[in-house]
Amino acid sequence: MNSDLLLIGRNTAVMIGGGLLLAMAAAALFAPWLFAGDPTALDPVARLRAPAAAQWFGTDMYGRDLYGRTVYGSRISLLVGLTVAAVSVAVGLSIGLVAGYVRWVDAVVMRVMDGIMAIPGILLAIAMIALAGSSLVTVVVAIAIPEVPRVVRLVRGVVLGIREEPYVEAAISVGTRLPHILIRHVLPNTVAPLIVQATYVCASAMILEAILSFLGAGVPPEIPSWGNIMAEGRTYFQIAPWIIFFPGLALALTVLGVNLLGDGLRDSLDPRITKRM
Amino acid sequence: MSAPANPEGDVPVLRIRELTVALPPGADRAHAVEDIDLDVHAGEILCVVGESGSGKSVTAQAVMGLLPRGQLRPVGGEILLQGEDLLAAPRARLRGLRGSRMAMIFQEPMTALNPVMSIGRQIAEALTAHIRLTPRARRARVLSLMESVRLAAPEHLYKAYPHQISGGQRQRVMIAMALALEPVLLIADEPTTALDVTTQARILALIREIQAARDTGVLFITHDFGVVAEIADRVAVMQSGRIVETGDAHQILSQPEHPYTRMLIGAVPSLAPAPRDTDDGAPVVLSTEGLSKTYSGHGLLRRQREVVAAKGVSIQVRRGQTLGIVGESGSGKSTVARCVMRLTDPTGGDISLGGSDFGRLGARALWAARKRVQIVFQDPYRSLNPRRTIGRSMTEGPINYGMARAEARARALELLALVGIERGAIDRYPHQFSGGQRQRICIARALALEPELLVADEPVSALDVSVQAQVLRLLDDVRRRYHLGMLFITHDLRVAAQVCDTVAVMLAGEIVEHGPVAEVFERPSHDYTRRLLAAAPGRAWNFGASGVRE
Repeated sequence: MNSDLLLIGRNTAVMIGGGLLLAMAAAALFAPWLFAGDPTALDPVARLRAPAAAQWFGTDMYGRDLYGRTVYGSRISLLVGLTVAAVSVAVGLSIGLVAGYVRWVDAVVMRVMDGIMAIPGILLAIAMIALAGSSLVTVVVAIAIPEVPRVVRLVRGVVLGIREEPYVEAAISVGTRLPHILIRHVLPNTVAPLIVQATYVCASAMILEAILSFLGAGVPPEIPSWGNIMAEGRTYFQIAPWIIFFPGLALALTVLGVNLLGDGLRDSLDPRITKRM
Repeated sequence: MSAPANPEGDVPVLRIRELTVALPPGADRAHAVEDIDLDVHAGEILCVVGESGSGKSVTAQAVMGLLPRGQLRPVGGEILLQGEDLLAAPRARLRGLRGSRMAMIFQEPMTALNPVMSIGRQIAEALTAHIRLTPRARRARVLSLMESVRLAAPEHLYKAYPHQISGGQRQRVMIAMALALEPVLLIADEPTTALDVTTQARILALIREIQAARDTGVLFITHDFGVVAEIADRVAVMQSGRIVETGDAHQILSQPEHPYTRMLIGAVPSLAPAPRDTDDGAPVVLSTEGLSKTYSGHGLLRRQREVVAAKGVSIQVRRGQTLGIVGESGSGKSTVARCVMRLTDPTGGDISLGGSDFGRLGARALWAARKRVQIVFQDPYRSLNPRRTIGRSMTEGPINYGMARAEARARALELLALVGIERGAIDRYPHQFSGGQRQRICIARALALEPELLVADEPVSALDVSVQAQVLRLLDDVRRRYHLGMLFITHDLRVAAQVCDTVAVMLAGEIVEHGPVAEVFERPSHDYTRRLLAAAPGRAWNFGASGVRE
């Protein structure tokens, strides 16, 4: 394990991606210190101000400080990204392990997964939010559901490969029961690909959240999220482009960071690629 | 074997002088090959023999200019192909020489062929890389090459893809490609190791015939002294990167001088069955009656496809005795082992284990009965979970059946000592052991549950011949010590002759001959058994006088 950590540390993509992500996480965590005011406070006198020393990122059409809103918006993006990644990996892992190991479950579950994958994720999310009303929990669930089949497929693939390994058959022969086979012998092999998949899920969840907010189907408009800020700035795009620019930039940098981290981790954790280096 | 024809006087086709190839820093030794001298003359077959890691493949790669760049680097000596120094040649020149004047065939013909290109086009490519031909002339050349390697119906095979033909045919295609431009030197790196014994015999005969007809010099790399006896004019024995003995094949096989050569030749099991004192009154531990297994691909949208892997297999194993199942790949011998282990469920017939109806036990009863039969697999590198210490792998079984952790560990330590692994190794991981050691650990793990029956599925096929002898001795030892019944699956008749009391010969899922090993080997009644025995490489030599059971 130590050599794994060393390899990861030597990977530049991991360092840059991790650094970007860490910076965003710090912004989210220390938002009250980074911006002393209230990101929702209206100031009708200072509407649509361009970026300046007083308001670094300018103000929106209600005079709210965009720097503050963008900093606070990182909380929503990261929260949604990380929760969706955690939820979809947890659910997908459980389903994938069982599907890969129990033949008859496999046939049923995989057809259901195919079904979910056939529905465009964004439509599914909008439909769910239309049914359940807009809240952070609904958004997380709505984004997580279309990600689950991808995780299931990945885990199932790993399991199908591992279950044929002689050491798994040897474990069956010495009387190891199914739950232990899965936890001791199969699960550890899924960790590396899952970490990588989780970063991709995280990145796409953040984008999806922004899209949903932009469409007005995301988190409630009173909460500043990058998608919400951009949605509100849409009509003023030609006279106040900064309303869209700064949250957009923040979103792009965060997603880039997560993707770089994922690529780097994939290279470090995949033994076939590691051997070639 | 006749003395090498040597029309060009003393100038060999290939001359290697003081070749040294460096290993990257941190390897277990400084040089992959060190200071080796070799000559291959026109019209002769030089066999380079050695165990894994001896440097024989590195030698071949160095000649072809195929050493993995950045990892292995020639640091001294010279390689002369008809007088031209290959180590000094620029890469473009080497590329020109490869195929036209020297060619290579590999161990695994499936991976050496492009799966999405037809056979005919691949052979044609070997031609067009070096010479210009009209499409019509090219096709004619390819067809005549295919005929020269005895590929039946070349017109038909021309359009076939590698997966549609057999392993032996694929190796013939490889040979046709290698011979396309009539090279003066042919390098064969374990070309028959992945093939069945009957196919191997035919490919060896083909290489001999073609080499004699074209006066090609052949550098033949192998680990198998049986193959050496079949094909070699001269032999060079390699150990840890050095050549320890060179000489005429007949002389080396009959009067090896170097102790290492003597050890290697002595470790080859004899084809003559060892005398066994069998107790016909011992209780039967395993018997199957009409055991069958049909694999059927089924699914909602897929077509039904059935493969009969085993059909009507009836065998019996007594305690303290070994039943060997011999057969070629795809004969169903491993399927029988997996059914007996209940790793796969048979589709017909009965399996009785010590009197219980093992083949039909439900989940709970099956779990309780599993400890009575244990298995050792072929591949020691995949038989142990790489992420768990060997101690945890060995104690897993006893702990599953309720033994206290400390007690299980004490038992594991005892078993490690029994299989000849030092006790301190119990907390190490599998990658810290050699293949032979891992196989010993797997045997110890199987013994931890005190089984009545041990299934050994090709337990020594992945091991070097010297290690193979040790593992076979260990298996024989534990069989006697614990009065185990043993089901021994092997494709190697020599191994079967040494470890089995009775033997069953399988062909296409069925047992075609069954009886005491001496009877089957000395008076085979089925035509297929006779063919198998006739194909065993080196049967004319009485290897292993010192044998497995010293």
